[in-house]
Amino acid sequence: MSEMRIRKRPKYLDFFSIVFSIQLPLPGKLSILHRLSGVGIFLVLAPLLWLFQASVTSPESFECFALLAAHPLAKLLFAGLIWAFLHHFCAGIRFLFLDLDMGVDLAAARRSTMIVFVVSLTLTVLICWRALL
Amino acid sequence: MINRIVVGAHYGLKDWLAQRATAVIMAFYSVFIAVVFLVLQPADFEAWRSIFANGPIKFFTFLFALSLYYHAWIGIRDLWMDYVKPVSARLTLHVLTILALVGYTAWTAAILWRL
Repeated sequence: MSEMRIRKRPKYLDFFSIVFSIQLPLPGKLSILHRLSGVGIFLVLAPLLWLFQASVTSPESFECFALLAAHPLAKLLFAGLIWAFLHHFCAGIRFLFLDLDMGVDLAAARRSTMIVFVVSLTLTVLICWRALL
Repeated sequence: MINRIVVGAHYGLKDWLAQRATAVIMAFYSVFIAVVFLVLQPADFEAWRSIFANGPIKFFTFLFALSLYYHAWIGIRDLWMDYVKPVSARLTLHVLTILALVGYTAWTAAILWRL
């Protein structure tokens, strides 16, 4: 009992130790990537709204949008955004199933994690290839 | 005296449910708009603009945006609650997040209803 009181347990894990110093199992990586992709999308909401506005407002602003979107750096950012969206989408659907108590045992959880990575990465490649190249 | 922290955790069942409901709305809209793009294949400005000028699509796009901002509020609020400990910093970040998302909501409405 006294030994338990003395021993300091790491109750609070900060973000950086979760990402860099703890070797997470694959479902854990999916989870932290779900959070990272969500934050990434949140951070680009304002530029995205601005781009959307430019694309629908007038033929002139559409030209401006098209010129910007054709830049290689913009395409790289779009590719990142497409991945973030698809990972968040697929991992989110997996979490919805877990909420419904489906696929909660270890083997099923690992299998669905693999499915999320395969589906989201395949769709990322397909959509980038179709829309950006 | 009970120590109440305004930016502390609460039971959050409503938020938990809202996070899932908005996720489902966004998932359906994403598939729907992807199908619209695949079918119509908009190639120029007028074709692209007319998609979002269409009444029902405009409505569903706005519903998607509202879901996105509410979903983002819960997600980003959880982020501040997980990683930002000082109450004053957390409260400031909460307010800034709300201001940004309310601003985005108005901006989205302005873009869509000017079409």
